[in-house]
Amino acid sequence: MVTDNRPLSPHIQVYRPQLTSVLSISHRISGIVLNFGTIVVVAWLLALASGPEAYDAMIGVLSSPLALVLLAAWTFALMYHLLNGIRHLFWDAGWLLDLRGAYASGWAVVTLAVVLTAVIWGVAL
Amino acid sequence: MNLRNPLANAHNHGAAGDGVGHWWAQRFSAILLVFLTSWVVYALVSIVGASHAAASAWLAQPVNAAMGILFIVTSIYHGKLGLQVVIEDYVHNRAVEVALQLVVKIAALAGALLAVIAILKLAFGA
Repeated sequence: MVTDNRPLSPHIQVYRPQLTSVLSISHRISGIVLNFGTIVVVAWLLALASGPEAYDAMIGVLSSPLALVLLAAWTFALMYHLLNGIRHLFWDAGWLLDLRGAYASGWAVVTLAVVLTAVIWGVAL
Repeated sequence: MNLRNPLANAHNHGAAGDGVGHWWAQRFSAILLVFLTSWVVYALVSIVGASHAAASAWLAQPVNAAMGILFIVTSIYHGKLGLQVVIEDYVHNRAVEVALQLVVKIAALAGALLAVIAILKLAFGA
């Protein structure tokens, strides 16, 4: 039996993107991104445990413009995944499952993620 | 702790054998991470710009070392559970899927070990 070419549902290429579907796939994408962020956190811990030279070299790498952009993206992914994860926990408990709840909580998550990312970088810099 | 329905335990076959356990593990680690992530954000913001001496002295404090270990182990565990599902959902070639699952498991184990050893080394002042 050939199982590689079976039609798959939903056919996302003919669907108009909606807030709910975009946030759903964004939760997965941000989760994947965060795993790469965890690699950086482990590398940072290893540098810290290895001594001042290794740590300063690591901080040098993390202070480059490209690294700062990636760190900002990581912060946003972390805040988004954290807040949308709480939204998912509410859904698991059976709350906010109607259209209004799903959209209102969706916009709240996006707004709060942007605000928290800005606040964190405002305090850190 | 086993939160499965006793009947499910007696039958011992769900959709994939252990889907309910995976579901619970993902939620438990998620709830734990809500608190741990809040702590880590506070920790990272207060440690930005610190010298090596200051940063390592901070992480060497027992409470910070314990929270750090709890955070990194829980995030890696939660991340491993998530990546596992993503691979199950989107990788349809069985050989590639199994290989990727193996890579994720080994990377998770290695990452957790390295992080815990690094934090313990700082905590015990080596």
